[in-house]
Amino acid sequence: MDSVKHKLIKFRNSKAFTPLLALIFLFIFNFFYIDGFFQIEIKDGRLFGYLIDILNRGAPLMIIAIGMTLVIATEGIDLSVGAVVAIAGAVAASLIGGEMQITPAGEIVYETVTTVPVAVLAALVVAAVFGMWNGFLVSSLKIPAIVATLILMVAGRGVAQLITKGQIITIYYEPYFVIGQGYLLGIPVAIFIVAAVLLIVGLLMRKTALGLFIESIGSNDVASRYIGIKEKQIKFIVYIFSAICAAIAGLIITSNVKAADANNAGLWMELDAILSVVMGGNSLQGGKFSIVSSVIGALVVQTLTTTVYAAGITPEVNLVIKGFVVLIIVILKSDIFKEKLNLLVQRGDRV
Amino acid sequence: MVIFLMFSGLFATVAAQDKIVLGFSQVGAESEWRTANTESIKNAVANDPRIELKFSDAQQKQQNQIKAIRSFIAQGVDVISFSPVVQTGWTTVLEEAKAAGIPVVLTDRKVDSDESLYVTLVGSDFVEEGRKAGAWLAQAMNGQANIVELQGTVGSAPAIDRKAGFEQIIQHFPNLKIIRTQSGDFTRSKGKEVMESFLKAEGENIDALFSHNDDMAIGAIQAIEEYGLKPGEDIKIVSIDGVRGAFEAMIQGKLNCTVECNPLLGPQLVEIVKGVVDGKEFPKYIPVKENIYVQSQAKEVFSERKY
Repeated sequence: MDSVKHKLIKFRNSKAFTPLLALIFLFIFNFFYIDGFFQIEIKDGRLFGYLIDILNRGAPLMIIAIGMTLVIATEGIDLSVGAVVAIAGAVAASLIGGEMQITPAGEIVYETVTTVPVAVLAALVVAAVFGMWNGFLVSSLKIPAIVATLILMVAGRGVAQLITKGQIITIYYEPYFVIGQGYLLGIPVAIFIVAAVLLIVGLLMRKTALGLFIESIGSNDVASRYIGIKEKQIKFIVYIFSAICAAIAGLIITSNVKAADANNAGLWMELDAILSVVMGGNSLQGGKFSIVSSVIGALVVQTLTTTVYAAGITPEVNLVIKGFVVLIIVILKSDIFKEKLNLLVQRGDRV
Repeated sequence: MVIFLMFSGLFATVAAQDKIVLGFSQVGAESEWRTANTESIKNAVANDPRIELKFSDAQQKQQNQIKAIRSFIAQGVDVISFSPVVQTGWTTVLEEAKAAGIPVVLTDRKVDSDESLYVTLVGSDFVEEGRKAGAWLAQAMNGQANIVELQGTVGSAPAIDRKAGFEQIIQHFPNLKIIRTQSGDFTRSKGKEVMESFLKAEGENIDALFSHNDDMAIGAIQAIEEYGLKPGEDIKIVSIDGVRGAFEAMIQGKLNCTVECNPLLGPQLVEIVKGVVDGKEFPKYIPVKENIYVQSQAKEVFSERKY
């Protein structure tokens, strides 16, 4: 008995507790107010339903949140992820290229330039270079992360627009669509990508000392330096990693809508990502972190969006409702509230 | 140096004496639409021997635009024209132009100043665009359809006006009903995401889609295809703007109709400028000539589309 109770208390104090609770509450609401919310059918050999939509549409945010978690764990922040989404999408789309032409004979032909691996690799490399820029500013020049990454947040969208020449580039090359709208065993490919990123990062963080180093830097970077942790290098690396995550998200988004829109791709996504990380119980002061909690936080954000659409709420109040739910979650996870809750539970025990 | 400048200035005025000098201050180059708008004005002037253009780009800043207008006044141009960046704060500079006796023609956007301070405004009528979309849909569906609507960015003028215009028409048809409406922020990805949830909620119930711009419609088309329905057949689609992507979709039979939001107002502006100098009277608002395109015209018009 005691061990079960002990585990429950441990779970209640874990980072995943609040976002999971929020997710469950949203699901309960949806169960009553949205017809067929939990229904999953198989249509043309694909899983189909609201839950699949949430995972599929939430994939880019989940991946960005993973990268953001590591940056925040070092007591940093990366405001440039939305812009990097746009840059990566623009690079990939302009490399694959594509224009619809009508030949004099009246035939419709599509033009493409490079193959998928080349475009994907180029997008990731370009993003990594921008990540290095962020990492350099933060780790070597000691510029506060919020300022350092703000530069790319503003300039990056301009870079993306330069690449696309201010146009929306439409992609016509079928194989590229696999990333964002393909299915494997009836499940969207994007979900597999999230799982892969989560698995790789999880292993790296928990099976090697890297996770511990990151937490140590976030808790006290001076002390970490004195005990011999290469603080500079690790900070440099987390920004590169965050940018690569953003690039993967950018590839999924451009593949999904078959277009690179430099103005709008990933717009305000940095804020959703930070929100996911914070809802996941991770402190902005750095230190101990949980990637899984951030991913659940991202799922809460996406579920909220899908709920608002599915429930037919008028667009004028969308953001108000979202803000209200976030407020409740943040209050629930505040230390003061937790203390009160613990007191209440203890009192209950005594009776 | 100063003398040289004065000379060249004098020379320029002498050379341009028999020409109408038009000072035009553009907002900037923030979108394809705007670029097409600028090109149209430059081309129209270049093709007209009577007019000479002094062009200035304000890079989205009101102070730049005011500076440009003041310099036009100082240079003594014949007509000043501009697309105001914002609606407010123009009264002083417009009064200066009036005091200098230079008529002002606004393009594309309104100002919150007294009507007597400018000759006319030539621009798109978003309400009329919404009406055209409504009228086309009412006729195509024989006055009977369950409609879903993808709105533009909440609170933006085109979203408010296009919605209002569309509703003005369909309210006359009791069997045309908007069953779902949501904002897709004028983007492809949001258009797709919102359409997905419309389809989950209403499914085959949806007969028609009205999208406030082409990009959201293009996103929605993908959602409809992934759902397993045929866009353009199972669900009729009408959208607004008339960008290239919309014509591509129409050629493929996936979009039924696009209502043009025309940036190519150069030729009309040139006519107005000449009219102003010749002392003609104009109404305070002149709508841009805007067409409506359906599938059958798409292939033919495609190669002529500039934006």
